Amino acid sequence: MTYFIVQSLNGLFSAALLFLIASGLTLAFGVMRIVNIAHGSFYMLGVYVAYSVAARTSSLLAGALLAVLIVGAVGFLMQRLFLRRFASQPLPQMMMTMGFALFFRDAALMIWGGDPFTLATPRWLAGSMETGAIVFPWYRLFVIAVAALVGVGLWLINERTLIGARVRATVDDPEIAAATGINVTRLSGGVFAVGAALAAFGGVMGGPILGGYAGMDFDLLPLAFVVVIVGGMGSLKGALIGAIVVGMIDNFGKALVPELSYFTLFAPMVLMLALKPTGFYGRA
Amino acid sequence: MAGRNVSRPWRLPLVILLASFLLVGPPFLSAYWVGLLTQVVILGILAMSLDLLIGYTGLPSLGHAGFFGVAAYGVGVLSTTYHAGLWTSVAGGFAIGTGLAALFGLIVSHVRDVYFLMITMALGMVLWGLSFRWIPVTGGDNGISGIPRLETLLGLPASGPIPYYYVALAVFVLCSALMTMLVKSPFGLTLQGIREHEPRMRSLGFNTWLHGYVSYVCAGAFASIAGIMWAYYNGFVSPTYLDLTASSELFLMVTLGGPATLVGPVIGAGAIVILKNVISAYTARWLLILGIVYIVTILWAPQGLWNLGRERRS
Amino acid sequence: MSAVRPVAVLLVVIGSATFIGAQTSEPPPIKIGFMVPLSGGNAQNGRDILNGFMMYLDEIGYRAGGRRIDLIVEDDEAIPAVGLTKARKLIERDEVHVMAGALLSSTGYALAPYITSMKIPMVYPVVSADDLTQRRRSDWIVRTGWSGSQPNHAFGEYAYRTLGIRSVVTIALDYAFGWESVGGFERTFVAGGGRIQQKLWVPLSVHDFAPYLAQIPRDVDAVYALLLGRSALQFMRQYQEFGLKGRVKLIGGGTTTDEHVLPFMGDEALGTITALHYSAALDTPANKTFAETYRTRYKKVPSYYSESMYTGGKWLIAAINAIDGRVEDRQSLIDALKRVKPDGLPRGPVTLDEYGNPVENVYIRRVDRVNGQLQNTVIDTFPNVSQFWKYAPADYLREPLYAR
Repeated sequence: MTYFIVQSLNGLFSAALLFLIASGLTLAFGVMRIVNIAHGSFYMLGVYVAYSVAARTSSLLAGALLAVLIVGAVGFLMQRLFLRRFASQPLPQMMMTMGFALFFRDAALMIWGGDPFTLATPRWLAGSMETGAIVFPWYRLFVIAVAALVGVGLWLINERTLIGARVRATVDDPEIAAATGINVTRLSGGVFAVGAALAAFGGVMGGPILGGYAGMDFDLLPLAFVVVIVGGMGSLKGALIGAIVVGMIDNFGKALVPELSYFTLFAPMVLMLALKPTGFYGRA
Repeated sequence: MAGRNVSRPWRLPLVILLASFLLVGPPFLSAYWVGLLTQVVILGILAMSLDLLIGYTGLPSLGHAGFFGVAAYGVGVLSTTYHAGLWTSVAGGFAIGTGLAALFGLIVSHVRDVYFLMITMALGMVLWGLSFRWIPVTGGDNGISGIPRLETLLGLPASGPIPYYYVALAVFVLCSALMTMLVKSPFGLTLQGIREHEPRMRSLGFNTWLHGYVSYVCAGAFASIAGIMWAYYNGFVSPTYLDLTASSELFLMVTLGGPATLVGPVIGAGAIVILKNVISAYTARWLLILGIVYIVTILWAPQGLWNLGRERRS
Repeated sequence: MSAVRPVAVLLVVIGSATFIGAQTSEPPPIKIGFMVPLSGGNAQNGRDILNGFMMYLDEIGYRAGGRRIDLIVEDDEAIPAVGLTKARKLIERDEVHVMAGALLSSTGYALAPYITSMKIPMVYPVVSADDLTQRRRSDWIVRTGWSGSQPNHAFGEYAYRTLGIRSVVTIALDYAFGWESVGGFERTFVAGGGRIQQKLWVPLSVHDFAPYLAQIPRDVDAVYALLLGRSALQFMRQYQEFGLKGRVKLIGGGTTTDEHVLPFMGDEALGTITALHYSAALDTPANKTFAETYRTRYKKVPSYYSESMYTGGKWLIAAINAIDGRVEDRQSLIDALKRVKPDGLPRGPVTLDEYGNPVENVYIRRVDRVNGQLQNTVIDTFPNVSQFWKYAPADYLREPLYAR
């Protein structure tokens, strides 16, 4: 029973990080039909920036703030200056993101070196909750709470604000949306920037536990794709449900069938694509 | 093809120049350069096979290195664990690679576009995981080394960099001829029709699922041939033959070179192999430079290098 | 006027003689081909190995056997096929006289047949795959590092006898390095009377150990952890997170607390006991000098990767000097490599066994905080440990390689 509870909680923790990284990816696809191979790079840059900031200020919050702003800006520039030129050509866009991924990877190595690191856990969150035999770190619970808040915030923006309505309209049909006067180009830049910022935020949130290391960009990317596929491309609700499904399957899979550890992530993806390619909530 | 030459006259002389170089250049080059050209030729076969999918059928596969790797593993296992002879290993590798494509094709042929991209990526990762985990057969992360060198082929000596290069070149010429015939055939034209507008093809009565499936299996077959050549060239097999990095690099070779041309991907393969090796000899920052090269090339030639000058397909 | 002519002629003659003499007395340089990953995830470890080597070459002024040394460095990207291509470049195009390097075992295995066929000596400073100096050894490859199971044989005995541990749960990276380390530990630990209660294998890509940590029972005596790089860092942090630190003793393979990650860990690493053939905190004159110099030059504490090619460099240069710099004679160079016994090595005394693997000290280390920094304090030493432990090679080789 203890085991089941701890694994479930950790499944939620994995889901929290997966949601943060996948939400940006699914939005980028929904609005711009971009398959962003550099999305893992945003996650990586987020935690690296926070590392530099934390080294000077010892504040995780400052690190998170700056990471979100800087990486968001990088994402915005990348979309505006480079990706926008191929607005209706998914293939060149994807290839360009591949080029950026390589560039970011080596740039990070050059700037920060190749040593791995973890961020310091904020003191007020140190330690673990211990009720009976169940031990679970406070910080992980905090991440679950924060991701839930972000999720609610995104949902509110999506459902209740004008911007959200515009985003939803563009996801539905970019041409008609543009015809109704929505500035699709400006929206795209903004959405891409927000997606990058969310990924960076995810990186910072994971920082105290998973840290940062050379090569983490390509490690994280397949995970993000699995979530987006399972949940459905373009849907925030899908990103949430997908993250929970994948997080749970991955945690329990590793514990119950360790032989198949490599496959616990990709099995749901292949299954979904074989049976319902658009995922739980995606549209064709 | 003839009609397009009028607007882009530089293509034919360039092809002739490169072909001549590939044919008569090697005896004058150092063993190192012959080795690089051998790599270009083998990866050229692989890149062309992916072009069948991306360029001609419009199916972007991000797991294509999988069949390349699986065929190489077939050769590796048969020639080392079972001490099989050359032709048995070759046939075995080919059968395994193509057989797997026939199996996977059943799962992937009903999706298109980004979903096809994702499912092929996922299957590629599954194969990679398999190569890591199925240790008794694949040797895990250490791979399989000790694949015997090619000594003679059809009575002619084939060991050493130059003879092996010409073997690879002969296979390359054969595969290019076959693939060219394929894309120019009615079947090939149907594939291009599917790429352009699948619903229309369906309404004309074509079984687009079957066409996609056969295209996928053919691509897998040619990729297997490349994998077999690669296994004998290196003398070992490793999970790095079929990981996501390998499939992504292969994808770039095709899209940077110019999809739907067969020549373009070969040029893409050549450019990437030579760039990587030349740049890395001078700086440890070669990955950064390569990233920049990719970005600049796409900006300047979004349809690929070999399609430069062609009016943009919408 | 008449005196100028003979003097001028004399000057010309002396000048030419010196010029010609200078040309012929300076022999062509010794070319060393060196290959490690310098990009991607393993770049830092590769850089450490290279730094150690360059530090030593600097000390001797890049000269040996009366000749200048040319070091040609290539990036093998941790991909075996690339390693082979770069090896071909170094050997066939750059015409190096001797090769050194490689980090991953997969590269080590992939290169061996080629190196053997080209009959060129190669030094592996780090590659630790057991079989490369056992069944699949090459006459042309010499290891100056270690084999994965080597220190763990000693450690298994130590854990049982000295630490009094009777039951262990192992958690290790799921590839050959992990299997061989755990296998070595298990062999001697179980032979002494201990029990391995459970073996947890973690895929290389995992960064969240929670599913595995939750399976560790609280009543086991110790957890043996074999990790390296960022996974060691993450594991340490998470071991504490899940309340295991302080409840269940943590021991492990040397790479888990090696100095390439130790400086980035916190108090969660204190008290961890591991075994390796080196520690940066080793209290010998040779090591103190080495560590100080390395620290000053590279602004970080040396890891076992750094030490690996410092020692490897000393070994190589000693061999070159032993044959008076005649590196063109490859056979005598490889023979010299197997024969020389350089001293003053940072890690202590080393000799090579007949299979080309070092026989060296194994240090039992404990993580302490000294002067505000974490270090691997050496608390015990096993001298002259060979890859076969106390078994006769023939008997040892009768058993299969350590596997999962």
